[in-house]
Amino acid sequence: MNLVDEWGITLAVFLPLLGALAIALTPKGTEGIQKLLALGSTGAALVIGLMVAFAFEHGEPGLQFEKNLQWIPSIDANYHVGIDGISLPLIVLSLLVTFLCIVYAYRHIPEPGNTKAFLALILLLETGMNGSFIALDLILFFVFWELVLVPMYFLIGIWGGENRQYAAIKFFLYTLFGSVFMLLGFLALYFQSDPHTFDMVRLQGAGVLNLPIGLANLIFAGLALGFAVKVPMWPFHTWLPDAHTQAPTIGSVLLAAVMLKMGTYGFMRIAIPILPEPAQVFAPLIAILAAIAIVYGALCCLAQTNLKRMIAFSSVGHMGFVMLGIATLTPEGFNAAVFGMVAHGVVTGMLFFLAGSIKERYHSYEMPELAGMGLKIPRMAGLLAFCAIASLGLPGLAGFWGEVMALLSSYRPLEGLNLTVFRSAMVVGGIGTVLTAGYFLWMLQRVNMGKASEASLKHRYADVERLEYAAWVPLLALILVLGLYPRLIMDTTTSSVTRLTETVAGERAEVAQAAER
Amino acid sequence: MVSLLATAAEHGTETAASGGGAMELAWVIPVIAMVSAALIWAIGKRLPMRGAEIGVAAMIAVFIGGLLVFFDAIAHINADAEWHGFEKAVTWMNFGPGSTVELGYMVDGLAAVMMVIVGFVALMVHIYAASYMKGEVRVTHFFATLSLFTGSMLTVVLANNLLMMLVGWEGMGLSSYLLIGHWWEKHENSSAAIKAFLTTRVGDIGFMFGIFVLFWAAGSFNVAHINELAADGGIARGTLTVAALLLFCGAVGKSAQFPLHTWLPDAMAGPTPVSALIHAATMVVAGVYLVARMFPVFDNAFDVALDVVAVIGSITTVIAALLALVQQDLKRVLAYSTISQLAYMIAGLGVGAYTASVFHIWTHAWFKALLFLAAGSVIHAVHSNNMTDMGGLFRKMPITSITYIVGGLALAAFPPFAGFWSKDELVVGAYEAATAGSRAGTLTLVAMLLTAFLTACYVARMLALTFFGKPRYDPEHVHPHESPKLMTYPLIALAALAVAGGWVGIPGEMNQFGRWVHYGDEHAAFNPMIAILSTGLALAGFAAGWAIFRMGKVKIDVRKTALAPFYRLLLNRYYLDDIYFKGIVRPVRDRLSAAAYWINQKVLDGAVNAAGMVAVASGRFAYRDVDQGLIDGLVNNLARLTGRTGDKLKFWQTGNMQRYAAAMFLGVATLVGAFVFFRI
Repeated sequence: MNLVDEWGITLAVFLPLLGALAIALTPKGTEGIQKLLALGSTGAALVIGLMVAFAFEHGEPGLQFEKNLQWIPSIDANYHVGIDGISLPLIVLSLLVTFLCIVYAYRHIPEPGNTKAFLALILLLETGMNGSFIALDLILFFVFWELVLVPMYFLIGIWGGENRQYAAIKFFLYTLFGSVFMLLGFLALYFQSDPHTFDMVRLQGAGVLNLPIGLANLIFAGLALGFAVKVPMWPFHTWLPDAHTQAPTIGSVLLAAVMLKMGTYGFMRIAIPILPEPAQVFAPLIAILAAIAIVYGALCCLAQTNLKRMIAFSSVGHMGFVMLGIATLTPEGFNAAVFGMVAHGVVTGMLFFLAGSIKERYHSYEMPELAGMGLKIPRMAGLLAFCAIASLGLPGLAGFWGEVMALLSSYRPLEGLNLTVFRSAMVVGGIGTVLTAGYFLWMLQRVNMGKASEASLKHRYADVERLEYAAWVPLLALILVLGLYPRLIMDTTTSSVTRLTETVAGERAEVAQAAER
Repeated sequence: MVSLLATAAEHGTETAASGGGAMELAWVIPVIAMVSAALIWAIGKRLPMRGAEIGVAAMIAVFIGGLLVFFDAIAHINADAEWHGFEKAVTWMNFGPGSTVELGYMVDGLAAVMMVIVGFVALMVHIYAASYMKGEVRVTHFFATLSLFTGSMLTVVLANNLLMMLVGWEGMGLSSYLLIGHWWEKHENSSAAIKAFLTTRVGDIGFMFGIFVLFWAAGSFNVAHINELAADGGIARGTLTVAALLLFCGAVGKSAQFPLHTWLPDAMAGPTPVSALIHAATMVVAGVYLVARMFPVFDNAFDVALDVVAVIGSITTVIAALLALVQQDLKRVLAYSTISQLAYMIAGLGVGAYTASVFHIWTHAWFKALLFLAAGSVIHAVHSNNMTDMGGLFRKMPITSITYIVGGLALAAFPPFAGFWSKDELVVGAYEAATAGSRAGTLTLVAMLLTAFLTACYVARMLALTFFGKPRYDPEHVHPHESPKLMTYPLIALAALAVAGGWVGIPGEMNQFGRWVHYGDEHAAFNPMIAILSTGLALAGFAAGWAIFRMGKVKIDVRKTALAPFYRLLLNRYYLDDIYFKGIVRPVRDRLSAAAYWINQKVLDGAVNAAGMVAVASGRFAYRDVDQGLIDGLVNNLARLTGRTGDKLKFWQTGNMQRYAAAMFLGVATLVGAFVFFRI
């Protein structure tokens, strides 16, 4: 247990990296061993992550499992890691989804093959994602953040669809473009802090940062731009449909389920707590963009005939709800955001799995060609319906709480924020929920229902296979459990988000004390 | 889970002095229905009746449980007339400091009455459906969803807080979507399902926002707490008004009131037992129940809140009754009659006739469930929904016919059938409001009396066209016969209630219902004048309908009279469906979405691509023109220059030391000369 207490989260981050190295060292033609290595390392990381989750003191607002080691003394960059109630659900989500992706990959290595490189890249990606959720040092965070880009670039560019080159480059450059501003923001924070530091916790302390408000706003804008591209917030989202659609199934799952959350997490972990005043300045703008994203994403979904591209666009709207929750700067809104992130990860991840498996059978994502799927492969169709309904936010399933709490909190955002803006955003978001229901139900009508399409009549398709169940059942169960037992997440997050929003509300002294402790 | 149970022990609160017996376990009832749904989905396919047996068994348990809860609640009411109900809750979650959602249930007179209605109708529908759906596709799925539907309604009924109510509410939305679209191979059916879901969801946004307003005003989702605060003036009247109007949006959608009523007739696409369940005991009744449940919020708001309720109810009841008059589809007649009758209840709530409205839920449940199930029996017999394919069925299927006629008479509100007692009480309520000077009350009174006439008229038409006259079905292929016992027994049971179900609310000393369900110390007065007037109107309506459609006394082609435009208006359902579809659905779904996507691809993504291209182009420019051309060119030119210079200088490079020395001397001499001369 001591090992878990001391090194648990570090192990959860670096075990996949070790796995990737081990796979890289295996000779060609040992695919079985490579798969076992991948399964073993992600599985071990997941087990350790779960042990951390059990050892975690739920309800304790502050950081736990903290570790602070010297790393680059010349610029005072440290290996400072730790988790609180906000990061824990996300890191567990990341561990779980990656593990299930490896399970799924057991029989689904996409064209053009090369199991070794494929698995190694996924494991490398996992290290980057997990690391982003535990880093408490800006440089460390930046390293993890950028680490994610490279494997995903190759996953899209090599194993992707027809237009993979374009999508991969667009994804890479767009995110890189955002992170340049983020890095500039980090550097500005470093040079403006006294004493100079990259430490997120210390930067939140009273008197460490003395910024003129103009500069503070500028820095916030830089950070926000970097995170906004990743989320992605409207109008910086256009890389997402291409990347999602072109990425191989597992790439799409990881992108949607985990990577997008790095952006929203960045807002909650870095931008807002370190720069609370600018956060209040920018909050109405974020709320407006979020509301636009909700309706706009739904409208774009309505225009799609390609199942996968529709699911991709649905992320724009869902992340809009998450950002709306964050923009309220209230505990309720932040809770909505964390819950929404996890729910979106589980539900949309599952939808991408389904899209991939459907494509494998029908060799198409085009809805007219899938028509009547309920007659051909009823179980698959049933799962698609279940996930679509969860995604449109039906109460009792995972998607509901994040959405309803985001709207609830935007009725009453942090005191001092513009009520008109937030309540308008709430109304627009409400309309968005109807549109969301619309595009999902029309999708189900076109895909599941009706008579079987001409193209599909000639073939027999296998219904959901065992291996697919193995990869999906945990996610399907979570969709139901999160809907019926929201405390699974709320019990962990509520105290931490409350602490966090108190910071924003001005009680910075308390945080400073916590930092000294 | 352990912590959940632990908090269950802590949070148990009772508003009753003494805890209930059966009421303690009331939460089990919706759970039974939910478990039944899960079980049917899991193992139903392997059972001989493909899951129907689980559903029926569960509904027996639900009904008995509901009865026990009901009698327990009545015992409490009898012991203490001021009894407010029994409530118990655990924390579902804390989502912020002081922001809590409870998982709890509340039983009072209103909920207890609803438990009986839901339990009994659901049981009848399940038994009936076990026979009706035999051999149909996806029977297992059908019964699972039916159980889910019942469980969701029970959740709404028992919920002690608004968010839980929303969960049940949307659960019904889902179940109705699945059931209406049961035969989804046909495109119209799945479209009808989507229409039902989306239309009610429009209203649900309002409901949700209403919940938000109340939550932030009261600091809680708890129904009893909010109602108490509303009654004590703990929430500003303006806030209550906004909240009441928003909540009412939800009721308008779910209870199919104007202008969101258009989904209900289309919902007839589902199997008939579903229609019975939707129309009698679940779904559409939930809207009325919501207003009744939150009545203190409406009552303590500004008058405009209840006036809006009354006006919407009045408009809906008349326009739906008119539509019922011109339908050819038997089920659609019933669908519009449901809208009209629900509007009666809504209007009744609007004029403050609280007990009467809930009483009408009660009586309406019996006769409407009966009418739908009997209609299903008819449709089974003639293989058509159309009254043009019916006629003369009375002798062929006596049980169905007689029970149907009983249901029809109850709907037309003839004494002593159930519908009479509740409708009369509603009209009295409107009359009292009107005489008290309320303009909304006057409107409601007029609308109700008009509807009394229209209702009896379309009932007469429906009975005449279906059961009497010459058969219009094709006798070669259709051989109508009485339905099996599993179907007729529920009809008989419901018919008994359609006759006697209203007797619990006979005004005066005998009135039990008014003691079970009441708001404040309201009491139902009997007004003989009103009773005579409304019954007289009903008789006149029935006589008119019978004269036209049975006896053929009046032979006019409406299409050739001055009423023709109005008739066309009715046939086109006031063009509302067209307006919604052509004015909202299609523009948004097809055009606005295309526009948004165009903007996405051409403008936003175009800008990104343009930026990318500019970057690439400037890179190319930088490479080809600046780097390769200019800079590298400079370097190359420099090199060339050096080379040429070298050539020129080659002359000097002879290797002759003396020449070098001479040149050096010359150079130095020049420099020295320059220094001297220019005095640098």
